[in-house]
Amino acid sequence: MAEKLLMKGNEVLAEAAVRAGCRYFFGYPITPQNEIPEYMSWRLPEVGGVYLQAESEVAAINMVFGAAGAGARVLISSSGPGISLMQEGISYIAAAELPCVIINVSRGGPGLGGILPAQSDYFQATRGGGHGDYHLIVLAPHTLQEAFDLTVLAFDLADKYRNPVMIYADGFIGQMMEPVELRDPIDLSTLPPKPWAITGAKGRERNLIKTLYLEGDKLEAHNFRLKRKYDEIVRNEVRYELYMMDDADFAIAAYGTSARIAKTAVKVLRDKGIKVGVIRPITLFPFPYSVYESFANQLKYILVVEMSMGQLIYDVEYSVKGKVPVGLLPHAGGIAPTHEEIVSRILERVESRGDQR
Amino acid sequence: MFESIILAGFGGQGILLAGRLLALAGMKEGKHVTWLPSYGPEMRGGTANCMVIISNEPIGSPIVTFPNTLFIFNQPSLEKFLPKLLPGGLLIYDSSLVNYNSSRKDIDLVAIPATRLSVDIGDQRVANLIMLGAYVARKGFPSTEKMLSALKETLGEKKASMFEINERAFRKGLTYGKEA
Repeated sequence: MAEKLLMKGNEVLAEAAVRAGCRYFFGYPITPQNEIPEYMSWRLPEVGGVYLQAESEVAAINMVFGAAGAGARVLISSSGPGISLMQEGISYIAAAELPCVIINVSRGGPGLGGILPAQSDYFQATRGGGHGDYHLIVLAPHTLQEAFDLTVLAFDLADKYRNPVMIYADGFIGQMMEPVELRDPIDLSTLPPKPWAITGAKGRERNLIKTLYLEGDKLEAHNFRLKRKYDEIVRNEVRYELYMMDDADFAIAAYGTSARIAKTAVKVLRDKGIKVGVIRPITLFPFPYSVYESFANQLKYILVVEMSMGQLIYDVEYSVKGKVPVGLLPHAGGIAPTHEEIVSRILERVESRGDQR
Repeated sequence: MFESIILAGFGGQGILLAGRLLALAGMKEGKHVTWLPSYGPEMRGGTANCMVIISNEPIGSPIVTFPNTLFIFNQPSLEKFLPKLLPGGLLIYDSSLVNYNSSRKDIDLVAIPATRLSVDIGDQRVANLIMLGAYVARKGFPSTEKMLSALKETLGEKKASMFEINERAFRKGLTYGKEA
C-alpha cells in the first residue's frame, strides 16, 4: 500500500524521479527549485546514484547529454533563467534523440525577473526552446499528486520516444505542500534495454550518437524522421482534464496552478447557476487542440487564465479557429489570478450578453 | 469544513512550522489540506507568512486572499491582514507583541500573550505552539492527539529532544484558550 505523506512540491518531484529509476542528477542552484537538488544530494547516494552540482547550467545540461547517451535515467532541474542557459544542450539532446527529464519550476521573467511563481516560459517550453525544429514532451501538473505521477510518466515517455520530456511546474507547485501517495519504486531490471546507448562496443557494432549532418538531404531526412516521431507523440500522448464541462456554456482554459484557481472559480459560479467548466491541458506538447475544438459549438465564451501575458491563448485560439470568442486574464511577476477575479470576468460576460439562465 | 488560514509574523517565530503542523494534523484527521509559504523578497526583509487550507473537499486554489482564520505574530502583519479577515472569522494574536487597535466588531478575537507565556516555559521559540493550542481550544479541531502526532513526526529523530517543551507550550495554549 502506498504511503500518504505531506510533502513539499519540489521534494515530490525529486522523490518521484528516484522512484522512477533516476540515478543521475546534474544541476545548478536557482530559486524556486532549490529543494530538488538539495533532496537529490542526499537521496541519490542512498540508492547508489550520482548527484553533481555543476559549475554552470551549460555544464550541467551537457552532463545530462552524456548520461542520457550512456543509457541512464537522468534528471536536471532549474527555473527560467537557468533553463534558458540550457537551451543549446537541450536542442542537441533532442537532435540526438536521447531520453532525459528536465524540470522547470518557473518564475517570473523576462531577464532575471524575480523568484515568485509564473507561467511565462510557455512558448519556450512548448515550441522546443532552442534552435532547430524539435519538440519536448511537456507535462504540466496542477496538484502534487499529479506532480508525482507525471514525473514517473515522464521517464517512461522519454525512454519510449527517445526524447527529452519537460515537467513544467510553476513556483507554487514547487513551494506548496499537499498530501501525496507515493507509488513503490520501479524495479530497474524491468526497464526495456537501450541497444542504441554508448556502453562500450566490445562484441557488437559500435553505436554513434551525433547531431551533425552536413549533407542537406541527410539532415532533411533526419528532420522528417523527427517529425514522424512528433506526429506519433501527437497521436498517442495528448492528455487533458475536463472539469464540469458536460453542460458548460462557458469554459476557462488554464493549466498548472492557474487551473486550480479556475476550479475554485467554477464552484463559486456554479453556485450562482452559471454553467461553466475548465478545459485543462495536462500535456502542453502535445496540446489538446481537438478537445478545445470539440467544444467550440457548445460554448459562448472561453476565458484563458495564465500567469503570463498571453501565451496559452495562442494555442486556444488556434484550436477554436474563431468559432467562439476568447478572452484573456493575464498576470505576471508572481501575482496569481484570484478566483474572485475569474468569477467577475465570467459574470461580466454573462451579463453583457444576457445569457444567464 | 473549509478552513482558510493565514499565519503571519517575523521570520524566526516559527510561522511556517506552525502552518505545517496545522496542515499535517488536518491531513491526519482525513481532510484535504494545502500549505503555501511566502518565499518572496518580503521573507528576506524579516517577515514570514503562510497560507493553509483544510477542507472536506478537494482544494482548488491554495492561495488564501480572504482567510476565515488569522494567526498574527507581529504588528505589521495585523495591519496587513486584518482587513482581509472574513466577517465572523477568528483572529488569534500574540498580545505580548501586538496591540489590537482596530474597531472591527464582526470577528471572534483570541488575545493570548504567547511570547510571555513562552518565556515562562523557558524558550521563546515555542510561542507558535502556544498559538496553535489556543486555536485548537477555540475550534475543537484538529484533535490534540493529531496535533501532537504531527509535532512528533515533524520534529523527527533529530529534534526529538524538542518535543517535550513544544508539547508543554501547546498544552499551555490549549488551557489558556479554553479559559479565555
